Amino acid sequence: MPKRIGIENSIAAADAVAMANVDVVAAYPITPQTHIVEHLAELVADGELDAEFIPVESEHSAMSVCCGSSAMGARTFTCTSAQGLALMNEIVFIAASLRLPIVMILANRSLSGPLSIWNDHTDVMSVRDCGWIQVFADNGQELFDHVLYAFRVAEDPAVSMPVMINIDGFIVTHVIEAIEYWEKEQVARYLPAFKPVNALNPDAPITMGAFGIPNIFSETKKAQDEALLASKPVIMKAWDELAKVTGRSYKPVETYKLEGAETAFLTMGSFGETASIAVDRLRSQGKAVGQIRLRLWRPFPFDELREAVKGVKKLVVIDRAISYGGPGGPVASEIRAALYQETHQPAIANFLAGFAGRDVTPEDFITMYEKTEELAAAGAPIRQEDYLFYGVRE
Amino acid sequence: MESLNVYASRLVTKREYFAPGHRACQGCAEALAVRLVAKALGQNVVVASATGCMEIVSTPFPFTNWRVPWIHVAFENAAAVATGAEGAYRALVRKGALPEKGTVFLGMGGDGATSDIGLQALSGAFERGHRFIYVCYDNEAYMNTGVQRSSGTPFGASTTTSPAGKMKAGQVTWKKNMPEIAAAHGIPYVATACSSYPFDLMKKVEKAAKAGGPAYIHILSVCPTGWGLPSEKAVWIGRLAVETGVFPLYEVEKGRYRITVDVPALRPVGDYLKPQGRFRHLTPEIIETIQKRVNEEWEKLRAKTAL
Repeated sequence: MPKRIGIENSIAAADAVAMANVDVVAAYPITPQTHIVEHLAELVADGELDAEFIPVESEHSAMSVCCGSSAMGARTFTCTSAQGLALMNEIVFIAASLRLPIVMILANRSLSGPLSIWNDHTDVMSVRDCGWIQVFADNGQELFDHVLYAFRVAEDPAVSMPVMINIDGFIVTHVIEAIEYWEKEQVARYLPAFKPVNALNPDAPITMGAFGIPNIFSETKKAQDEALLASKPVIMKAWDELAKVTGRSYKPVETYKLEGAETAFLTMGSFGETASIAVDRLRSQGKAVGQIRLRLWRPFPFDELREAVKGVKKLVVIDRAISYGGPGGPVASEIRAALYQETHQPAIANFLAGFAGRDVTPEDFITMYEKTEELAAAGAPIRQEDYLFYGVRE
Repeated sequence: MESLNVYASRLVTKREYFAPGHRACQGCAEALAVRLVAKALGQNVVVASATGCMEIVSTPFPFTNWRVPWIHVAFENAAAVATGAEGAYRALVRKGALPEKGTVFLGMGGDGATSDIGLQALSGAFERGHRFIYVCYDNEAYMNTGVQRSSGTPFGASTTTSPAGKMKAGQVTWKKNMPEIAAAHGIPYVATACSSYPFDLMKKVEKAAKAGGPAYIHILSVCPTGWGLPSEKAVWIGRLAVETGVFPLYEVEKGRYRITVDVPALRPVGDYLKPQGRFRHLTPEIIETIQKRVNEEWEKLRAKTAL
């Protein structure tokens, strides 16, 4: 029987990386991802993990080291947050186009400025279009499971693409939860050894990272997009297998009490757990409210999302990032785009909440629900640009 | 004996690892230097290249001039990529996934990629002590983007962003001393080289490969296009850079300095400066200023070799 251990989620995540028998870890300190790499450094120092821990001088070099390492055919991991992601931004895009199956945990934190170490999704949204597979884990167990999941998906020869696991900084990373650790046997059954599609090898030399002249560039971009879209079956199968191995099942779009719901919350990340409490309370008051959680951000699960919102009249989409001067929150923008051609279109109210770690409680979700009902009752269409900053002092 | 080099051209392999057919300009001494470095290292190497001339001329998709494994990721991170590959190799060998066969890891970039935008990544890689070689192919400006000045551009040189004008005589700062910066990291091997001295260059690359830690080779790579020279003068002007003391050839082995191509009497710097278009505007006074500086630097270097 797998053990459940009361442990800080970051430590558990690092243990999961170690259980994956990672070969190279390159990282630079940035709050709130530090506990993950600190623990990995400890495991290496104690001889419990046989890996190269490369303490680089910047996140730009962290991702660059990861590229060199992954290109050699080594299982490779890094971890960052906010400014770190911004600094490595250039290489994040290149890692995807080089098809290097690096796994990165992004402990989500607000992008400066003003400087803030606390949680929101402004960092991940800055690399929305980087070409990585991007998933969200909502709690410590999901984070643990998704570390092993990410290596399996990334390194699948049919995928060979980097995977980013998003986890809310502090709110999840620094919390102690009861985590069910995998047994070694479960890991062995789930995660095969990494056999790279291409690797730098003097006996069979290849050139990686050639430049693309205009008459080849569009073709490479189309190929990259097709490859990301084609990763979906592997993404799905890896979740199916994870359920077989652990009993926990994950889906690209997950729902809660959506049966008969007229209004539904739609969130990404740890907001989902708080929203569930609000759903329970509203349901107990006889309100027809349910919930949708987006777990897979890229490739975007259009079909699953359309299926989930079928019976829903009103969607309360809560974003933790903003596209300044644009359509409000990036998640709401995506949802609207996904539903634009559909005959059934729920009204969408887009709230921007929980920036830089500001608490959003179940009561706040209930307030957002009430505001949505109020707007809908007023009859006027809720336009794309009518997003609402929630809980901001005027 | 160690200071005695026997140069026998017949001992050098005829095999090319940086294949002909690349798209460098006529007379490009940087491409020559790359070819010599590749020759010295042979097949058992992994190369990480910075963005720049050598990347552009050798790998327009779907072509490549590289007969050894080669990767390009970005401009400023060749040292980080090379050390990531080296770290991966160590781990995979230790874990039995790869055989230990003494593969050499080489990072390479131009003067801009090395002494400007990539200096941080390079310094980090040196400090971490990876077993890798970093080669700077120094053509003294951003040639790939059209001859803009870098911190490797010498005093007085006219470039597109340090143009010689009515008020300024080209580059107003002295060339950044990259070999000394590398040596200050206390790494086991640092050397300067020039493709006009191919045997000296290859010998240094071989030493660097056996250094057992980070090694740095700074190669003066004459750029006829950027320097304003006829293409057939590239090798000749490289020799003048050494004979005038403008670019001394030396090595620093575990902290010990040694001049590898001795110049008993320096030729006047004017011999080196005057044939080049980029120095065409220099007045006798400025040339004298440069002469003074070269003499001082030469004396400083000689003092170090005497220690």
